Amino acid sequence: MNDAASMPAASQRLTRGVLPENPVFRQLLGMCPVLAVTNSLAGALTMGLATTFVLLCSNIVVSLLRKQLQPHLRILVYTLTIASFVTIADRFLAAFLPDMSLLLGPYIPLIIVNCLIISRAEACASKQGLVPAIADAAGQGAGFVLGLLSLGFVRELLGSGSLFGIRVLPEAWPEWLIMVLPPGAFLTLGILIAIVNWWDGRREQ
Amino acid sequence: MTELALIAISAAIVNNVVLTYFLGVCPFLGVSRRLDMAFGMGTAVTFVVTIAGTLTFLTHRYVLLPLDLAFLQYIVFIFVIAGTVQLVEMVVRKFQPALYEAFGVFLPMITTNCAILGTCLFVWLKNYDTLLKAVVFSVSSGVGFTLAIVIMAGIREELTFADVPRPLRGAPITLFVAAILAMAFMGFAGIGTAQ
Repeated sequence: MNDAASMPAASQRLTRGVLPENPVFRQLLGMCPVLAVTNSLAGALTMGLATTFVLLCSNIVVSLLRKQLQPHLRILVYTLTIASFVTIADRFLAAFLPDMSLLLGPYIPLIIVNCLIISRAEACASKQGLVPAIADAAGQGAGFVLGLLSLGFVRELLGSGSLFGIRVLPEAWPEWLIMVLPPGAFLTLGILIAIVNWWDGRREQ
Repeated sequence: MTELALIAISAAIVNNVVLTYFLGVCPFLGVSRRLDMAFGMGTAVTFVVTIAGTLTFLTHRYVLLPLDLAFLQYIVFIFVIAGTVQLVEMVVRKFQPALYEAFGVFLPMITTNCAILGTCLFVWLKNYDTLLKAVVFSVSSGVGFTLAIVIMAGIREELTFADVPRPLRGAPITLFVAAILAMAFMGFAGIGTAQ
């Protein structure tokens, strides 16, 4: 690989995904599950782990296949690789966590079209070796879980007064129903990204 | 007939793909800066989702279920969608070069548009048992997507003249607009639930 020298090393790949290139707050990738399943923390965590599993496996396979990839067929190869691992994750959840599988419904198969996974295959795994690809998947996956959890934390706390289904706010708390409904998802994500932008702006000054 | 009308209204407005199911949020945020591009994207998605929804319904019904291969559903669905997109891309590039210029990178990315795969999966999850219902649902989902992205683009064209505070520029203000739109669409809730 000619451009291997200019690509970031494994350690950089690992740390970058968590904050500087956070998939949720900076790259705005994979918005569909971020918005759809974060009305409870448990759903957000399961979705985050399932996505990380698929990302890790697809990065490994794509990285191993990278010498054989044909430019015009590569997207198809990525998609079919991802679809295979999503099927595994989906069957696993249906067998061992049936309640969660019902709750997440179509959003588990929709991991196939999560742009985060395809973009990592394209930007990293198809260009670099196995170790950086695994580090990249771990970093981006951790960043994605972090994004989902922060959104789930705000929405479940304000919307249901609970965390992981355990009541934490006093009974008198008027549950903000809007937070668990679709508008609350857009609103919370908008506010969180605004906070990140504001923080960046202050650091630059 | 009433049932078909209810499916159409429900898919396009009451349970809008973007604003209720969050399908296709990436293009909804990414390609909604200008009205003409948003409309083009909406048309492309409607076109692809209609073909893909029909084909996946037929494949699932007449190939996968009889052969007891339902577990291959996701892989086969995404394969059909990718093929449809490839075909549409070739047709648009040949006959509508201006439109092709406008989409740039987004047309190949329709493969990874959750609205398409989501609609194909919903046809199966909602147990639509006839081809007609599946087609009506697919077209209406596409129309719903177009409706949402065009409204969004109209608002964002006006927003370029607004003095938005610096941290809110770009994604955050767009998400706030989406939140208000989602609230507005919640006003339709209850219509067509009799189905």
